[in-house]
Amino acid sequence: MYVAVKGGETAIRNAHRLVADKRRGDRSVPSISLDQIVNQLALAVDRVMAEGSLYDPELAALAIKQARGDMIEAIFLLRAFRTTAPRFGFSEPLDTSNMLVERRISATFKDLPGGQLLGPTFDYTHRLLDPELAGDAEIPAPELAEAGDGVMPRVTDLLGQEGLIEADADAGEEAETGDLTREPLSFPADRALRLQALARGDEGFLLSLGYSTQRGYARSHPFAGEIRLGEVEVMVEIPELGFTVSIGRIEVTECQMINQFKGSAKVPPQFTRGYGLVFGHAERKAMSMALVDRALRWRELGEEKTAPAQDEEFVLSHSDNVQATGFVEHLKLPHYVDFQAELELVRRMRAKHEAAVRDSAGQDESKAKQQEAAE
Amino acid sequence: MNRETAMTRQEAMAVLARSSLEKLRAAWDGWDSKPATELLRGPETGMIMIRGRTGGSGAPFNLGEASVTRATVRLGTGEVGFSCILGRDTEKARLAAIFDGLWQRDGDRGRIEQDLLLPLAERLAAADRTVRAQTAATQVNFFTMVRGDDE
Repeated sequence: MYVAVKGGETAIRNAHRLVADKRRGDRSVPSISLDQIVNQLALAVDRVMAEGSLYDPELAALAIKQARGDMIEAIFLLRAFRTTAPRFGFSEPLDTSNMLVERRISATFKDLPGGQLLGPTFDYTHRLLDPELAGDAEIPAPELAEAGDGVMPRVTDLLGQEGLIEADADAGEEAETGDLTREPLSFPADRALRLQALARGDEGFLLSLGYSTQRGYARSHPFAGEIRLGEVEVMVEIPELGFTVSIGRIEVTECQMINQFKGSAKVPPQFTRGYGLVFGHAERKAMSMALVDRALRWRELGEEKTAPAQDEEFVLSHSDNVQATGFVEHLKLPHYVDFQAELELVRRMRAKHEAAVRDSAGQDESKAKQQEAAE
Repeated sequence: MNRETAMTRQEAMAVLARSSLEKLRAAWDGWDSKPATELLRGPETGMIMIRGRTGGSGAPFNLGEASVTRATVRLGTGEVGFSCILGRDTEKARLAAIFDGLWQRDGDRGRIEQDLLLPLAERLAAADRTVRAQTAATQVNFFTMVRGDDE
């Protein structure tokens, strides 16, 4: 027998009204504006755009506000929004060598053309809480200096000229670029699909997996060949016009990880690479993505698969925090009928168990009596 | 295009895409002898899938989507203006399409470039120069300390 149960409408309505009240908090404190979130919680906005897989700072700020700062809830909101919007097409692939660079560092080459540009970084801060920030202290304007010619070749292109590092394989422009938002992932997935999944994957999950590769689970001796942050032009081909136009700029973070490779019968020893590219200022995520991208290339590079970070089915099936939270959090929903069935089952099993115990106890008793009689 | 122009149409559209709504609205409000405008499409908001390249220069992959708004406008004088810009600002897309249409008119192009596009382009270039100068101030200058151990 199956009995459908309804109810809870009033409770749900009131709960939502309550959460709206909690979201607003103390009414004597001014409401936070989207501008404030975009400007002053910029890295939170960037994370929501990257993992929400939609570049739109204002919507990401709204999502953060609506989610009360719960990042995964905010990412969920943005993902839900993007399912309602029509897709007009594709951009030309971003040209990250032609970037308005805001930060660019290399841990492998001290004197690289264009220099080491620290940009707006937390690196080298002492991680001491700054009590002045609790107020609204005046912040001095940034220092300015004469900029060079702006030419900033990617580090991998420098090493590439000597053949010491593997070149980027081009798929041939005719090859179809897989899209996991249109076709469900199937395995093995090609590198383009893996990069798409990683680019929208959970930062924490990728960080831990990347860390695991450093600690020896699929170790690949990484160096941060280059990390760059800045604005790139988004070019779109307009069929009506027959040419490509810039529709504006977005900020991205790119990480080129340089890793060891012994070489093979076919390939002389050369460095291999892992790649990370993420919306916004997201250095930790870009680095983690590059580490995991490299680990997932074990098959192509003739390595042994020994660790979780190399298992694409494991990595790609669990990197999406909206899917993950959906399945984990669904456990909160009523499972009354399921549980009732399990309860019945446990009761039956216990009854059986008790009967068995009783029987064997009875046997023991009679055995003991027989023994007594024999003695 | 028989008269000398300062920009190509692509350059003009790129500047329009990055300008603010306020600038475009002020320019349109101040435009005398406005032609009739008819929206052929939009303004409509959707997304485009932004692509990157594996390793920076390899095979394309899908990075994630971005909000875009596009519009197509026919001017009373026959030109069809087009816009496609990042974001969800429908009014900005409409105005950008109108100015793209006006730019195509030999009689208006010079004025649009001088009064609107070139000043906008200069303002955007100045903002870029500031970013470059701020970034340059964070460049690391290495120096080597001679310890004299080898003497």
